[in-house]
Amino acid sequence: MENEKHHIVPYRLYAIILLILLSLTFLSIEITRINLGAFTVAGALLLASIKSSLVLVYFMHLKFDKAYIQIMVGMVILLFIAVVLVTFFDYYFR
Amino acid sequence: MSQVIHHDEHYDPEGSKIGMWLFIFTELLLFGGLFIVYSVYRYLNADAFHLAAEELNTTVGALNTVILLVSSMTIAMSTTALQKKQKATTIVLLEITFMLALIFLINKYFEWGVKFDHGIFPGSEFMKAEMSQGEVLFFGLYFVMTGLHALHIVAGLVIMGFALARIQKGTVHADRPSLLENAGLYWHLVDLIWIFLFPLFYLIT
Amino acid sequence: MQASSKIPTDVSYLEYEGKHKGLLSWIFSTDHKRIGLLYLYSMMTLFLVGVILGLAMKFELIAPGKTIMEAKDYNAVFTVHGVIMIFMIVIPGLPAVFGNFMLPIMIGAKDVAFPKLNLLSWWIYITGAFLVIISVLFGDGSPDTGWTFYAPYSFKTGANMLPAIFGAFVLGFSSILTGLNFIVTIHRLRAPGMTWTKMPLFPWSLYGTAWIQLLATPIVGITLVLVALERIFGIGVFDPTLGGDPILYQHLFWIYSHPAVYVMILPAMGAISEIIPTFSQKHIFGYKVLVVSTLAIAFVGYFVWGHHMFTSGMSGTAQYTFSILTFLVAIPSAIKVFNWISTMYKGSINVQTPFYWAASFIFVFLIGGLSGLVVGALATNVYLHDTAFVVGHFHFIVFGGVGFSFFGAIHYWFPKMFGRMYDTTWANVGWLIFTIGFLALYSPMFYLGMQGMPRRYYDYLEEFHAANILSTLGSWVMTLGLIIVIINLFRSAKSGPLAGANPWNGKTLEWTVPSPPPVENFDEIPEYKEHDGPYEYQ
Repeated sequence: MENEKHHIVPYRLYAIILLILLSLTFLSIEITRINLGAFTVAGALLLASIKSSLVLVYFMHLKFDKAYIQIMVGMVILLFIAVVLVTFFDYYFR
Repeated sequence: MSQVIHHDEHYDPEGSKIGMWLFIFTELLLFGGLFIVYSVYRYLNADAFHLAAEELNTTVGALNTVILLVSSMTIAMSTTALQKKQKATTIVLLEITFMLALIFLINKYFEWGVKFDHGIFPGSEFMKAEMSQGEVLFFGLYFVMTGLHALHIVAGLVIMGFALARIQKGTVHADRPSLLENAGLYWHLVDLIWIFLFPLFYLIT
Repeated sequence: MQASSKIPTDVSYLEYEGKHKGLLSWIFSTDHKRIGLLYLYSMMTLFLVGVILGLAMKFELIAPGKTIMEAKDYNAVFTVHGVIMIFMIVIPGLPAVFGNFMLPIMIGAKDVAFPKLNLLSWWIYITGAFLVIISVLFGDGSPDTGWTFYAPYSFKTGANMLPAIFGAFVLGFSSILTGLNFIVTIHRLRAPGMTWTKMPLFPWSLYGTAWIQLLATPIVGITLVLVALERIFGIGVFDPTLGGDPILYQHLFWIYSHPAVYVMILPAMGAISEIIPTFSQKHIFGYKVLVVSTLAIAFVGYFVWGHHMFTSGMSGTAQYTFSILTFLVAIPSAIKVFNWISTMYKGSINVQTPFYWAASFIFVFLIGGLSGLVVGALATNVYLHDTAFVVGHFHFIVFGGVGFSFFGAIHYWFPKMFGRMYDTTWANVGWLIFTIGFLALYSPMFYLGMQGMPRRYYDYLEEFHAANILSTLGSWVMTLGLIIVIINLFRSAKSGPLAGANPWNGKTLEWTVPSPPPVENFDEIPEYKEHDGPYEYQ
């Protein structure tokens, strides 16, 4: 019976990820002080996406999980983004 | 494709992990619906949203963000501790996570309290009289989304309570870690949602 | 938790009583087979309520003007009819009854992955149904918004909306948890040797369906919460006077409710894909194509919701994008029809009751599907939106699709579930009368819609009178057929002749266990070898 969780993630890795997350948080606060127009939203969302990816991949163990779980997560996220985009086919073109 | 025969029919950690991920997907879509509403009204009322966001306290928001990020680390660490059979460390880390969650809720309570004192609450006549429609929408969304998020934190506290009890009792341990690992997954979800809520409500000034 | 070693393997699930006795041994049972029957009995009860409401509507429409009710009563009747039929019957539908009963057996498992969660799903279902009933019987009047709860009326109406909204929300949880359970079951509990490509088509359809239940339902959940909050607090999110957009409500509602129709039809198609090979005594034609079509329908079905909103005020770009996507999603459904018919070709047809239902399923589903293209095309939709044509379309495809498949499935799996055979003559007579009544009830609606008769109106112009009379008469004939079918099933379950393990010479795993099955289905978990598989005839 396979069990990929024999792999124990070291404390250090979690601490490093936290430091990166805190840095990105700080960065996003600073960046949004600068008014970049429409890119402000994009920038904030981009940084949030990077932070989320770190949480998903490391804290939530996706990196060490079997492929089918990674695929499921990816597909659900893509599905949601696609639904948002299609919704904007209405609002953007009104 | 692997065909797994389970020697212990009643404990399938991989199955229970998939179950937790599937539940997480439903939560992502639940909040996703609110993010759709947010993005539509943000698009239609960009300036009003900017204005309204200035009412929010970025420092408190940032503090809460830091709190949740740290708590994600501590609960993740607790799963490592459990696997290393370090029971005391596991419990301490889980208790720290629990405390951080409580502090988040306390901050939220005061944050909302300040808003209410200023006449900013769902359905407030003051808001409808004094603010533009976009601002009213912003705050409606703010309360619904942070409120729903806070409810999920409360649920997380309950789950963590269960995990703590079972670890103490010894029914959750290195060979049977699912409850703690799945509790951790749930908690990271709560963190993930806030990672998006924070910039979209506090940082768009 | 060592119960499994203590459960006897020669006691049928119908007779076994564990910790609880009598009724409690049913409503606290975690046996997927009993839970399937719990759903069957509760759904049949609610279905009859929904049928009575439908008959009341048809009776009102037998003549122009008021017949038996005022306009606002009619609004309440079609609302509750819709809420019951959609949320309590066709969405739980085949998964709740046959999915629960058959899925574990068909994949060689003893139960689903989370049996207690499964029981909870049923309890949640009953709670949701109860809440909706409360909203009708108490408070300031039964909901009258249509099952679609469109804003702004849904937050402005004085009717008793909150329990109904909450009930629908709770019912959604039942759906989500069932979907979650089935996905994990299919991933983790397939018998050794049963690879994904050897899994029968009904489980495949349940898999695709489960993903839709899981991912789409939360969106309607949160939307209903927003309507409730709008009602209570006036947050403005759907209120145009406060800057909200009612069309956004429609988007959110249909983002769930369109995929929901695939929740309805995919398992129905899955059951047809079981019945046809068995009664053709031939391997299903194009197994892999059917699997891909199932997944394609599930996926593309997420992106067509706007075809319910062509006249709402959406942008032109959205209108034609949704129309094109709607035509795309029809293709895999059509492919399935070709595959079913090709399975029958040169097969050795065993003309039995399930086959009658399956064949007539194809007929009514085709009509429903083709009429769907008519309303899916933007130009014609503008003319037909909110007319009786739409009502005809969705009754053909949903009631025709899910209903005919459900009746086919209940007759197909009846001997397995109850260990007895139904009376074939009465079953066939019931089928014939039902089908004739069904066609008479719903076909006139296409004509009426094209002539301009609106839907959800209790009154109509005199020129529509004759067609409406035919439709109402059809409802009575159909109900007669329904009564015959149901009474026959009831009586046969109690006292029909005993049935063997495999009366139809089926090739899927459920036919290898006794009729009715023992509590844990298999003495030993079966194993698929290299050349084993479903539908391996000759």
